[in-house]
Amino acid sequence: MKPTHPYSDPVDQLARMLLVRAYEDRIAALAAAGPFPASCPSAGQEAAAVGVVSALGADDLILTNHRSAGHLLARGADPGRLLAEVMGRETGYCRGRSGSLHISAKELGVVLTSTIVGGELSLAPGVALARSLLGRPGIVTCFFGDGAACEGIFHESINLASVWNLPVLFVCENNEWQAYVHRRETMLTDSIAAHAAAYGVEGRSVDGNDVAAVHAAALAAAAQVRASGRPFLLEARTYRARGHLEPDDQSHVDAGELAHWQARDPIALARERLIAAGQLDLDGFARLGAEARARIDAAVEFAVQSPYPDPAELLANVYA
Amino acid sequence: MLTLTPYEAIDQALAEEMRRDPTVLMFGEGVATKRRALSDEFGGQRVRNTPLAEAIIAGTAVGAAATGLRPVVDLLFAPFLCYAMDAIVNSAGKLRYVSGGQFAFPLVTLAMTGGGWGVGAQHNHNVEAWFVHSPGLKVVMPSDAADFKGLLKTAIRDDNPVLFFVDLGLLHTPGEVPAGEFTVPLGQAAVRREGDDVTLVAYGKSVAACQQAARTLAEQGRAAEVIDLRTLKPLDEATILASVRKTGRLVLVHEASRPCGVGAEIAALVAEQAHDALKAPIVRVTGPDAPAPASFVLEQAFTPQADAIVAAVQRLLG
Repeated sequence: MKPTHPYSDPVDQLARMLLVRAYEDRIAALAAAGPFPASCPSAGQEAAAVGVVSALGADDLILTNHRSAGHLLARGADPGRLLAEVMGRETGYCRGRSGSLHISAKELGVVLTSTIVGGELSLAPGVALARSLLGRPGIVTCFFGDGAACEGIFHESINLASVWNLPVLFVCENNEWQAYVHRRETMLTDSIAAHAAAYGVEGRSVDGNDVAAVHAAALAAAAQVRASGRPFLLEARTYRARGHLEPDDQSHVDAGELAHWQARDPIALARERLIAAGQLDLDGFARLGAEARARIDAAVEFAVQSPYPDPAELLANVYA
Repeated sequence: MLTLTPYEAIDQALAEEMRRDPTVLMFGEGVATKRRALSDEFGGQRVRNTPLAEAIIAGTAVGAAATGLRPVVDLLFAPFLCYAMDAIVNSAGKLRYVSGGQFAFPLVTLAMTGGGWGVGAQHNHNVEAWFVHSPGLKVVMPSDAADFKGLLKTAIRDDNPVLFFVDLGLLHTPGEVPAGEFTVPLGQAAVRREGDDVTLVAYGKSVAACQQAARTLAEQGRAAEVIDLRTLKPLDEATILASVRKTGRLVLVHEASRPCGVGAEIAALVAEQAHDALKAPIVRVTGPDAPAPASFVLEQAFTPQADAIVAAVQRLLG
């Protein structure tokens, strides 16, 4: 089920977005039903994740953060192994040592995931430096949020990547929320892409809920990074449709704001566009959704049936 | 034998390892400017100046280490590590474990500390115990030129993140260094002087204070054994315990402040595993729980001196 990269078929992209949504919906349901490990949902941000990841090549590396399910699934991660990781099972991508918050999958090129806000930004230039000095192909894509853009390390990272000519595609998923604080309270400007100019880097904002727009912008940005060997800052303007951490009733979120963004749901936008273009009908859409949910059913079953790690291996891999 | 200062020994170790392994590189604030011979030999790709931004220096080293390079970074003074803590502690120290073993982090972080230069508390702060307390890291603090070279070479070859603390007071003190290729293993203490009456355990320049104290004690007919830890993590527990079982008395000496310091850990280790051998209470001679002063007079008062060690031993031996 691992897609080839890049993938530009809009129906494939919609199917991938539906898989992310089905995954997040299932985790929300499990979290609402009772004790379940904490996770930070990416629902509402599917177009940003799929739009960017589908634009990357097989040799490109991805650094992500605690809100990573969209990036991992867009890259072709097995939802069973993701859920197993969330549930602390040995079959998870990190053998149950990570849980949901810092899942890396080196085999997919998703490396060094950090849940410290801005942590991934501190690591990305070094990953790009290694690729450059070792003559390996591919660029480095680093996903972070508007919260991380308020950390000093964002500015240090983009500055160093610029000064050292490192092939890093910085992707800010500006989802309007920084844990429990709205972006309005923390920034006076609206655009994070505008920061790029201060470091001699090109920046661009794109509608992060329009998967086609994100994909086109990411393809262009990645091509520029590849050709120039220099960083680029792409900002996807999107919205965190669920709370910071499941479960969350979002009682602190303005109802008007939620309604505004629900009307701009990235999956509904993609569906309407494909139907209008005659590339999909309602039955086809229903079928894609049912397939995604069936995959998640099987993934939950796999995770639940998977063994827990052996406590005798508590101390494995502290040191190399 | 060669006669080198630790500063020169560090340069030699870096040059030899960079010649040996093309994935070794070095960067930091002024590295290319100040280590001119390295930069001339290995060029601007492998010896790099950086912005004055410790968090991204450390983060870049961690990212590069996980994906194929073996970086050495110079963060200059140990208190500057505060800006670099996330990359070193949360990323280098944890992401191997957290990822189920997908990554390794072969990197060395150099940082200077300790009294002697009157640089004051924001350049002189012996923070080594912070890193001993953090999983996934190794911590080294040599006391002489030969160990600076041999331990740094081993640290560069190690597949784990190593904090390499450089005691400022030692940096320009010449010492003998074996000619040719040699390394010193991590996790192995050195018995600098043998004795039966009391064990003195120290690291960094406190080793010299212990040696001086041991000479004074010898004149009084007391035989002190001096153990130089060299590596603080992994700790050479066996050498410490064997010595205490022989002498029955233990004095722990370090310039770092007392609370939760390396001395506290060793005292607990000995209490747990060699209590029956102790003939007297364990004593710590350490820096105080205070910021380091700049004034030379106060700095000397802050730093454990040989006479304080002698006095501690005399109290123990009655």
